[in-house]
Amino acid sequence: MVATENYVGSPVLRKEDAKLLTGQATYVDNQTMAGMAWMSLVRPPHVHATIDSIDTSAAASMPGVVAVYTAADLEDAFPSSLPMVWPITEDIKIPTHWPLTKDKIRFAGDAVAVVLAETREQAEDAAEAVTVSATDLPVVNDLEEAAKDEVVLHEDLGTNVVVHWSHGGGGDQSVFDSAPVILQERYAQPRLIPNAIETRGCLAYGIPAAGEFTLVTASQIPHIARVGLSIATGIPQSKLRIIAPDVGGGFGSKLNVYAEEALALAIARKTGRPVKWIETRQENYLATIHGRGVLHDCTLAGTDDGDILGMKFVELADMGAYFQLLTPGIPELGAWVYMGPYDTKAYWYEFRGIMTNATPTDAYRGAGRPEATFVIERLVDAYARKIGMDPAEVRRKNFLPPSEEAFGSIMGLSIDSANYEPTFDKALELAEYDQLRKEQQARRDRGDVKQLGIGLSSYIEMCGLAPSEILGALRYVAGGWDAAEVECRPDGKVVVRTGTSPHGQGHETSWSQIVADGLGVTPDDVEVLHGDTSVSRLGMDTYGSRSASVGAEAVARALEKVRDKARTIAAHELEVSEDDLEWADGAFRVSGAPDKARTIPELAASAWHAHSLPKDMEPMLEGTAVWDPPNFTWPGGTHVCVVEVDTETGKTDILKYVAVDDCGNVINPMIVEGQVHGGVAQGVAEALYEEAIYDESGNLTTSSMTQYLVPTAVEIPPITQDRTVTPSTTNSLGVKGIGEAGTIASPPAVVNAVIDAVSHLGVKHIDKPASPERVWRAIQDAKTEGGAA
Amino acid sequence: MTNVSVTVNGQVREADVEPRTLLVYFLREHLGLTGTNVGCDTSTCGSCTVLVDGESVKSCTMLTAQADGREVSTIESMADGDTLHPIQDAFHRNHGLQCGYCTPGMVMAAASYLKENPAPTEEEVREALEGNLCRCTGYQNIVKSILDAAGSMSGART
Repeated sequence: MVATENYVGSPVLRKEDAKLLTGQATYVDNQTMAGMAWMSLVRPPHVHATIDSIDTSAAASMPGVVAVYTAADLEDAFPSSLPMVWPITEDIKIPTHWPLTKDKIRFAGDAVAVVLAETREQAEDAAEAVTVSATDLPVVNDLEEAAKDEVVLHEDLGTNVVVHWSHGGGGDQSVFDSAPVILQERYAQPRLIPNAIETRGCLAYGIPAAGEFTLVTASQIPHIARVGLSIATGIPQSKLRIIAPDVGGGFGSKLNVYAEEALALAIARKTGRPVKWIETRQENYLATIHGRGVLHDCTLAGTDDGDILGMKFVELADMGAYFQLLTPGIPELGAWVYMGPYDTKAYWYEFRGIMTNATPTDAYRGAGRPEATFVIERLVDAYARKIGMDPAEVRRKNFLPPSEEAFGSIMGLSIDSANYEPTFDKALELAEYDQLRKEQQARRDRGDVKQLGIGLSSYIEMCGLAPSEILGALRYVAGGWDAAEVECRPDGKVVVRTGTSPHGQGHETSWSQIVADGLGVTPDDVEVLHGDTSVSRLGMDTYGSRSASVGAEAVARALEKVRDKARTIAAHELEVSEDDLEWADGAFRVSGAPDKARTIPELAASAWHAHSLPKDMEPMLEGTAVWDPPNFTWPGGTHVCVVEVDTETGKTDILKYVAVDDCGNVINPMIVEGQVHGGVAQGVAEALYEEAIYDESGNLTTSSMTQYLVPTAVEIPPITQDRTVTPSTTNSLGVKGIGEAGTIASPPAVVNAVIDAVSHLGVKHIDKPASPERVWRAIQDAKTEGGAA
Repeated sequence: MTNVSVTVNGQVREADVEPRTLLVYFLREHLGLTGTNVGCDTSTCGSCTVLVDGESVKSCTMLTAQADGREVSTIESMADGDTLHPIQDAFHRNHGLQCGYCTPGMVMAAASYLKENPAPTEEEVREALEGNLCRCTGYQNIVKSILDAAGSMSGART
């Protein structure tokens, strides 16, 4: 049917929902095959140990067991170790990382053997029957201790300090010695566990005689995984198909190439049987990547009256026991936003990556940018307090000036567009900031038990990964482009193949809106296919808030090619010049004679039967685009959190949370709002509840959902939202990205609020998560210090 | 092996199962009802919530043998053909789901709760959902969906 509505910008309900709501999703654990066997991994109860022997004999003779393999048995299966694709410096030291460890266990979760059995239960039982004799070694988890190299994880590297990367600085560095106010702070940020509600899992199968294999995997990155798993297993990319079916959340934890995926493929090749593995939640906490885990020494140079002159950050980052796909590059993703939205005159950032006896870290929602934003926004608050200014005033005074065009920045990259103050004003207005400050003062004057805290967080992001040329300069091994194909079928329906790989973000709906507007059809006429390397052949997948600004832009560009071809066919059929056609009411119409018209479905039929096309024109109405963005996108915004802190118990209640974001133009406001809700919830969790805790012997004590506090609907506050719109100059859609904004903005907003509530008692800082115990102790410590002084 | 007879979505299903078989694996792997998801090992996340004799139960906390002779309803029984149940429809209209993995459990938990309390407040809905974790939505639109469903369901009843 012909539609003339503008779908872009409207809250179109999701096409994805029906199957998910009715239990018809294709999550990997819902898939089963004839002859399928189950894989289970042996992860011995050691943290750091030399393996003396592995006895698989008891396991091998158990019911249903097909095979038990150690690293030695799979020597020939892996021509290369697991890939790490971001060697960020020339002298980076890269630990070897095999799917099964060979002679040493380096973290709780390091697998030494794998069992294949007829059923899930038989595989699990047999894995428990594998006995490992190992000699324990000293464990090192603290970053500064690990950096001393008294215990070295990878002897061949000679050190735990495997990488040192420096931005190199910008502006006049002398301000860090000469400014009237020099503030130095140290902020620690704990490790976090991503907690997608679907754990990882995969199903590998193939035709060994033909050398062809398929891996169905709960992944955000089927296209990248195809390359990485080809390297690890030696299966040529031409014979390796990766399918990401419905995927139950990712948040970066499925942005990786994992040992279990390589093992499943290798064992399917070795045995000829389909091999399925589904991660338990406990394995997920041990063997799926963690996020954060950083320590920053921060310096802010400023004037007495609130002008920020310089910002400097020196970071230690916990890499864990091995590099996963992007591990050493994660801090560097933050390296370009350490000035926040502020017009600082001097800039410095560097970090050292440290190996520890813990789960490898990698991208967790925001990846480097939440870590950066937290320390910037804590530092700005500390600066405001030091010079006795309102933190809102300090922020307002230092915002970069607005620009509709791209402009150069102190950190060396170009920002696509910016307008921070209107966003800030709107956030303060929605929060009723001035009123809150009065209420806060009244409570302080009365000495109330429950004190009010107001926390601000103004942020910028670097999204839309990424211009390939810049990625190359940063030593990332792949490109940052994406691709799309738009194919108009003769029945009027449209098939879109996108290189993005959604797992909750609603690309099927949003991309359909763009195509519907461009072709004069409805979103229901458009089928968006993704997540299968044999269907959407080209792509770079979904992470880093890139899908709209790179993937949807590729769709828009493919769409333009379709429209150009359609216009040529219309002109030919209507016997007019192309210049005499205009696009109106969902059709190409002859100017001045609008009844003479051709719709896209009509033209698609003409292009399909190809009976009378213009001379030399190829049949079929379709277009393909591969789009490499010329720049990143730079969303920004301000979040305000209002809390009530019980000064007797240390308990924090969030009274109000305001999020005002500027993600450029919006394709589907309903989906954009939903992304912010989820992002803020994860950031609130980071600020108040979540922390991966290791004991002194290196065991993860928060090893299940009963100890690691994923918040429920009771803890997460309702969010008041608004937006401003500063279109991106990087792409024709003007979109910037919204997937990570909430997670980047909210931790400092919440923590600043908690500290603000008790700052009059002398509390200067509280580490994340600001648990009741931490808050209570901070109040007691401040009392003691205050008393002593 | 233990012989069980469980009425699942209105149909009597008899099977011999290992005594340790959890209800969720009986549903998923013996009956092929894969709409009920598994998200944790500790009965924390609520993804596997189903109704047993009309009340919500985390099907990973119950042995199949314990369901012997009882009535189990799963997400597959909620829609009437192509017509979504009012709770499912409310989730759709209010963007109450993103990746969808927790959704069947949320819908079943809501179905049980709204029977107990057909006109809840927002705060009551949040408390009722304490046993169900979602990592995508921040719960905001889930809560909105359930309040909306409560409205439309009570409307339908009168």
